[in-house]
Amino acid sequence: MRTVTIVGASLSGLYAARELRAQGYDGRLVIVGDEPHHPYDRPPLSKDFLTGRADETRLALTDTEETTELDAEWILGVRARALDARGRTVLLDDGRTVSTDGVVIATGASARRLPGDTLAGVHTLRTLDDARALREELTRGPCRVVVIGGGFIGAETASSCSSLGHRVTVVEAAPLPLVPQLGAEMAAVCAALHRRGGVDLVTGTGVSGLRGTSAVTGVDLTDGRTLPADIVIVGIGATPNTAWLAGSSLALHDGVLCDDGCATALPQVVAVGDVACVGGTRAEHWTSATQQPRAAVANLLAGRTVETATAVPYFWSDQYGARIQFTGRRADGDTVRITEGELSDGAPAEGGFLARYERDGRTTAVLAVDRPRPFMRARRELARGAGEEQVRSAAR
Amino acid sequence: MIPVCRLEDLPKGESVRIETTPPVAVFHTDDGDLYAIDDTCTHQDASLSEGWLEGCLVECPLHAASFDLRTGRPTCLPARRAVRTHSVTVVDGLIHVHLAAEEGTAA
Repeated sequence: MRTVTIVGASLSGLYAARELRAQGYDGRLVIVGDEPHHPYDRPPLSKDFLTGRADETRLALTDTEETTELDAEWILGVRARALDARGRTVLLDDGRTVSTDGVVIATGASARRLPGDTLAGVHTLRTLDDARALREELTRGPCRVVVIGGGFIGAETASSCSSLGHRVTVVEAAPLPLVPQLGAEMAAVCAALHRRGGVDLVTGTGVSGLRGTSAVTGVDLTDGRTLPADIVIVGIGATPNTAWLAGSSLALHDGVLCDDGCATALPQVVAVGDVACVGGTRAEHWTSATQQPRAAVANLLAGRTVETATAVPYFWSDQYGARIQFTGRRADGDTVRITEGELSDGAPAEGGFLARYERDGRTTAVLAVDRPRPFMRARRELARGAGEEQVRSAAR
Repeated sequence: MIPVCRLEDLPKGESVRIETTPPVAVFHTDDGDLYAIDDTCTHQDASLSEGWLEGCLVECPLHAASFDLRTGRPTCLPARRAVRTHSVTVVDGLIHVHLAAEEGTAA
């Protein structure tokens, strides 16, 4: 392979570049990114960056020294428009084409939007530019903030806005936020954290529309109420960026379909990060974006799947001064047992807690709030157990 | 020189965080050595005193960056910058940390 093109210059794209060089690829390396920025870390955007505790230099994922070592051609601020059917040419929005022998698709996902959200004061929070715009508006003095969506981005943003002195309401369409991730029981416990931060949580009602002519003034709810708002933050999930691949021969369905090793049907095309549907699941986790590139690159260089990228899922969230960590695969019907710490009035007590999800006497997942050390121990146990399980099923 | 705790109160394999500015983590390794480093992971806000101690390495509890206690250098991503190391002494059974910056100013 003489040229490899990585489409996407964020976390997984950068990790793919690192892996290519670490695994001995010494050919031409092209990295295409639609944002003008060099790779940066997104998790702090809704937290320390929004509250002003971290500036942009803290977000950088790489430095001059590493950039020199990677020896890549960076094409930033340009979107990829298409990949030809054979996966040999990447067409860019500015008309340029890149002829390539291998492709790593790392185009990520985009924040889902609401119809009519072009009003001033309405924000999504996904990119550095999104965060810059929101941060600037939040520094203009106390205002009424409505966050639409009670998922992790919504909760973290609400927490940050509240700590900056704004009056915050979170609207969640489901009866409880985070149920798909945590299950009803633990979702209720984490929902109680909003109270801790002095944030109102409105659940079980959707949004029927936004009010305002040029700037937003309120949020109309499907139950007939209107919440007055100076700033609205839309945190209703993200969709994988696959539109540019429409003319390619790749299978697309909620992401780029890949095998367990991030390989697509074209042997010289792999996909990683938020855009990749690996072995039937698409994960929007920081950890998968950093773990998948190792296997993806090994398989790309081998021309076939020689390594798999299935790891035990892990994600974390910081909100209202609490650190939530979760690992494993829980399913509805798992029982939940708090094995360390306790709850106080339905919320995590001082000192947090560790909860185990169990099925047939085995731990399927672990949740911790402010218990990093026992969580780490449990995470290692779970990963080890999953490894043994994999060995057993391979032997069968 | 900052007193930390009595040696017998910090068993092997354990660590303690002292609330200096910035906070410092003191580790007692399984081999019986004592080390002190800045407590905050250089990648993102997490306390290394709550990390996973294995030999002379500590793994950050948030994103699994690993640091060498002897040098402060990260041994794997996502951390790229070293944490400061501080020297540790035991006087009359009491652990003391000498902050690196303090020594620098005194010199």
